[in-house]
Amino acid sequence: MSGEWPLWEIFIRGQHGLNHRHVGSLHAPDAEMAVKHARDVYTRRNEGVSIWVVPSAAITASSPSEKGPLFEPSNSKVYRHPTFFDIPEDVGKM
Amino acid sequence: MYAQMVKSEATTEDPEKLAAFQARIDAGEKIEPKEWMPEGYRKTLIRQIGQHAHSEIVGQLPEGNWITRAPTLERKAILLAKVQDEAGHGLYLYCAAETLGVSRDELTEALLSGKMKYSSIFNYPTLNWADIGAVGWLVDGAAIMNQVPLQRTSFGPYSRAMIRICKEESFHQRQGYDIMMKMAQGSPEQKAMAQDALNRFWYPSLMMFGPSDKDSVHSAQSMAWKIKINTNDELRQKFVDQTVPQAEYLGLTIPDPELSWNEEKGGYDFSEPDWSEFFEVIKGNGPCNAERMEARQKAWDEGAWFREGLMAHAAKRAARKIAAE
Repeated sequence: MSGEWPLWEIFIRGQHGLNHRHVGSLHAPDAEMAVKHARDVYTRRNEGVSIWVVPSAAITASSPSEKGPLFEPSNSKVYRHPTFFDIPEDVGKM
Repeated sequence: MYAQMVKSEATTEDPEKLAAFQARIDAGEKIEPKEWMPEGYRKTLIRQIGQHAHSEIVGQLPEGNWITRAPTLERKAILLAKVQDEAGHGLYLYCAAETLGVSRDELTEALLSGKMKYSSIFNYPTLNWADIGAVGWLVDGAAIMNQVPLQRTSFGPYSRAMIRICKEESFHQRQGYDIMMKMAQGSPEQKAMAQDALNRFWYPSLMMFGPSDKDSVHSAQSMAWKIKINTNDELRQKFVDQTVPQAEYLGLTIPDPELSWNEEKGGYDFSEPDWSEFFEVIKGNGPCNAERMEARQKAWDEGAWFREGLMAHAAKRAARKIAAE
């Protein structure tokens, strides 16, 4: 049998009230050990205040080859950006 | 370097796809694991990143040798932290290699069977405490020369691992130089130990960059793919130019009578290491090859019950949780 420990994706919240951010992956037998390993592998210099671990197999990713059609809807909607609208200077800051 | 003499793989794919791939690399785009890549690119990267990872792991052995015998508690804590970093670096790199479709166990088995190599430098012994200074100063110094440009490599996971490693690596070189300063300013016997360590580690450090590859087709392909950024000779020259003044500051002498400043090229002229020695070490005939592989094999074999035990425990707990629900 393949006794290899499963792979986990590691997310760490840095010091500054930011979102958890993906930092890498590691192997661990279960979630509890994954957190302990993540501490040793990814926060040896105080890089984090919180750790999330997710089994890599549980992640569903978008396909790189469908990048075009997937993101097209937002491509064609320039009016979502505030700079699309011209507001006269007299109106002031908006 | 940590990856020496990595052969690139020939690629026989659709020329149109290859051209589009090369255009992405030339434009400075990062290639991510699930995107299309030439088979040769994938295989060369597995070989290079794998060798780099193995070097980090085997590289713990010569230094680990001195943890229990460090001269002070502070030096011991520092060395322990450094060796732990090397383990971390190995793990970052293994994970980067695994995104290319090779498993951790396959990589470990390839190291143990001798199919994959690690850097020649770790087959030299660390005989005394001054050697720990020389390893940090010279070996980590040489590694940094190679790793800094590799932060810009084209494969995303490799580049990100290198960025993380480089952030941590300068501590390693500084702690080595700090040991060398202490020894060089110590008693005449201590200074002699520092000189002796430099004498023994100088040429093996120059060998870390590998033989000249300015005419190598493998190198040319790897450079086009941006998985190699500089030639071996460029990096070696840079290393010598950086290290000579550091040795002068210590009051130590580089063991090379031919060493001299060349005003015209703006760098030092220096003697080549003995390449026949390098090839012997690569073949497995260095002073510590057998010992290093024995240590890795022992760790792998004796850790088996532990790896399996934790998996069994995890499976049992998962089953219990399902039963309770």
